[in-house]
Amino acid sequence: MNKPVANKSALNKHYVPWTFVGPALLALGVFFALPVFAALLLSFTDFDLYALADSKNLRVVWLDNYIEVLRTPLFWKALLNTLYFVVVGVPLSIGVALGAALLLNSPLARAKAFFRTALFAPYVTAVVAVALIFRYLFHTRYGLINYGLEYLGFAPIDWLGDPHWSMPAIILFAVWKNFGYNMIILLAGLQSIPIELYEAARIDGASGWRQFRHITLPSLRPVLLLVAIITVAGYFQLFAEPYVMTRGDPLQSTVSVLYYMFQQGFEWWNLGRATAIAFLLFALTFFVTRLLLWFARRHGEET
Amino acid sequence: MTSRRASVLRLAALLCAAALSAACTREPAGTTLKFWTIGREGEVVAQLLPEFERAHPGVHVRVQQIPLTAAHEKLLTAFAGDALPDVAQIGNTWIPEFAALGAVEQLQGRVTDSSVVRQDDYFPGIWDTNVIDGKLYGVPWYVDTRLVFYRTDLLAQAGFAQPPRDWDEWRRAMAAIKQLGGEKKYAVFLPLNEFEPLLGLALQQSDPLLRDHASYGNFESPGFRRALAFYVEMFRNGWAPPMSNTQISNVWDEFSHGLFAFYITGPWNIGEFKRRLSADMQDKWNTAPLPGPDGPGAGAAGGSSLAIFHSSTNKQLAWELTEFLSSVPNQQRFYELTGDLPARRSAWDDPALAGEGYARAFREQLERAKPTPKVPEWERIAQEMQLMADRVIRGGVAPDVALRDFDAVTDDILAKRRALLVKSSVP
Repeated sequence: MNKPVANKSALNKHYVPWTFVGPALLALGVFFALPVFAALLLSFTDFDLYALADSKNLRVVWLDNYIEVLRTPLFWKALLNTLYFVVVGVPLSIGVALGAALLLNSPLARAKAFFRTALFAPYVTAVVAVALIFRYLFHTRYGLINYGLEYLGFAPIDWLGDPHWSMPAIILFAVWKNFGYNMIILLAGLQSIPIELYEAARIDGASGWRQFRHITLPSLRPVLLLVAIITVAGYFQLFAEPYVMTRGDPLQSTVSVLYYMFQQGFEWWNLGRATAIAFLLFALTFFVTRLLLWFARRHGEET
Repeated sequence: MTSRRASVLRLAALLCAAALSAACTREPAGTTLKFWTIGREGEVVAQLLPEFERAHPGVHVRVQQIPLTAAHEKLLTAFAGDALPDVAQIGNTWIPEFAALGAVEQLQGRVTDSSVVRQDDYFPGIWDTNVIDGKLYGVPWYVDTRLVFYRTDLLAQAGFAQPPRDWDEWRRAMAAIKQLGGEKKYAVFLPLNEFEPLLGLALQQSDPLLRDHASYGNFESPGFRRALAFYVEMFRNGWAPPMSNTQISNVWDEFSHGLFAFYITGPWNIGEFKRRLSADMQDKWNTAPLPGPDGPGAGAAGGSSLAIFHSSTNKQLAWELTEFLSSVPNQQRFYELTGDLPARRSAWDDPALAGEGYARAFREQLERAKPTPKVPEWERIAQEMQLMADRVIRGGVAPDVALRDFDAVTDDILAKRRALLVKSSVP
C-alpha cells in the first residue's frame, strides 16, 4: 500500500520540477545556447561575403580568426579604449550611485519617492534617443555643457571631435545613464543595515566619516561586489553610446571591442572574424569577473 | 483563472484580426513596388513619383529612406534575411559587393532595348563603375567626384590669375600662399581621416591600384609612390595642416578665415558654401578640376546608381521606374530639387545647371573620372590606405616601410579572393 504511493511521489518529484523549468530551459536552449554554440563553430570558419553568396566558399580555418584578430592593431586599440571606459567608468558610476543612495537614505532627505524615481529615470530611457539629446548637449558651439563651462570661465571643449575628450564625453553619458540602477540596489543595501550599529557608534562618539568608513562600507561589501560585477560586465559591452554619438570617431578613439565586432560583422560581413572577437571579449569579461570574485574572497578572509 | 483565460482568448482574437486586416489591406492595393533610397534623396524623390504612379494605374511605389551611415549594413542584412526591396539606390562603389553576392540583376539586355537609357549619354568613367567583369548591374542616377574648392582672392594675392592645372603649378601656388600666410596659415586642407584626396591623386597615375586581376595590392608601384610622395610633400612643406576633419570645428569658417586656400571635396559643398559662407565671401571662391601630374587629372568616379534586385518579383516595373528616374527631364528636376549632379550629359543642358558656374569644373572632371578598383574588398582597402597615410604624416613612418606594410595588409584582405580566383568561382 505504501510502496506505490512512495513511487508515485518519487515520480512526481522528478516530473514536476522539470515541467516547471522545461519551457524556460527550452527557450534558453533554442534562443541562447544553440546560437552561442553555432557562433563558436562560426568562429572557426572564414564566413564572409563570399560565403554569404555561396556556402561552397566557406572554409574551416580553425584558430586563424583568433590569431588574425590578435594581430590587428585596431583590436588592441579598441581593447584599450574599452579598458579606459571600464577603468574610469565603473568606479565613477558606482561612486555616483553610492553618493545618490546615501543622499536618498539620509534622514534629512525630503521627497524621497520623487527623487528616487527621478534619479532612476535615466536608466529606463531609450539609449539611442538620449544619446541624440546628449549629442546636442555636447555640441561645441551650441551645447548646454559648453555654455555652462564658458559661464564658469573655462574654454569650450570639442567634446565629440577631439580624440582626447571623446571618451570622457562617452563616460559622462554612460555614468548618467546607468547610475540609477546601481543606486537602487545600493539603497536597498543601505536600508538593510541595522540602525542600532549607528546608534552605538554615535554613543561612542564616532564622526560621520568614521561611521561611513567602519559601518556603512563593510556592511555594503556584498552589495558593492554584486554591483561591481554587474557594472564591469555591462561596461565591457560598450556599443550603443559610440554607435549613436561618434561612430568610433575621432581617430578611432571611441571604437570599443563590441563596436569593432559590429564593424567586422555587419559592415564588412566577416562573421567568422566577428564571432572570434565576441568570444575573446567573453573570455576577457569572464576573466575579470573571476578576478573580482577572487579579490573579494581573499579580502573577505583577511578581515 | 477565468479572467486569464478570457484575456488569452481576447489576445487570440486580436491576433486573428491583425492577420485578417493585413491580408485585407494587401489585396486591393494592386502592386506595391518597394524602393529604398539613401539619405536626403529619399525625401525628394517622393515628389517625382506621383507622375510615375499616374502613368501606372494600380501601382504604388513605397519609398523607404535609409540613413547614409546605416545604408550599407542595412542592405547586406536585408540580403542575408531575404528582405531586399525591388529596386534601390546604391553607392556605385558597393556594386562589386552586391554583384559578388548575386543580389543584383544584370541590366545590359534591358538597356539595349531601352529608348530612354542610352549609354553614350553617360559619363564613361561613371558608367564603368556599374560594369563588373563585362556585365552591367546598375544605371547611374547621380554622380560625384572630388575636386578643388579654392579662394580666388588668396590665389590672386599670391600672383596667380588662374587655378593651377598641373602639380608643378599647384606646388608653386601653394608655396606662394604659404609664404603670404605665414606660420599659422596653410595652403591646402587634406583631412587626414578622409582617403579621398590621396585616392584622387593615385587614380591620376597609369599604374592600377591592384594588380593580377585585382588580387594583390600594387601600392609599391612607381605611380602610387609618386602620388604618395606629392601628398606627403604637401604636409612636409607646411602647405597642409596635419589635421583630421574632426579637429576643425567648422571647415566653412576656417575657409573664410583663410586657414587654407584649397580644399578637396565634393559637389554637395557647392550648396553648403553658398549657404554657409558670409555674403562678402561669395565672390571669393570657385571650383577647379583636380590638378594632375601633367595637366588636369582624373578623379574618383563616385555617386549612386539604381539597381534591381534578383529577388524582386516586379523586375519589369522596377526597370520602368529606373527608366523613369533616368529620363532627361527627371534628371534635371532631380538636380533642381537636390543639387545632386545628373549622370547624363544632356541633362547638363538644363538652364539651372548650365548657369551654375561652380558646377562647370565638375562637368569637366566627370569626363575624366575613373572607377576605383571593382572588388568587394575595396572600401576596407581604402580605409587601410588612409591609416597608412596617417602613419606616414603623423606617425613619422618612412613611406617605403608604410607602403610595404600596406601592400601586405592588402594582400591579406584579398587572400580569400585569390583562393576563389584559383577555384574560379569568382570570374
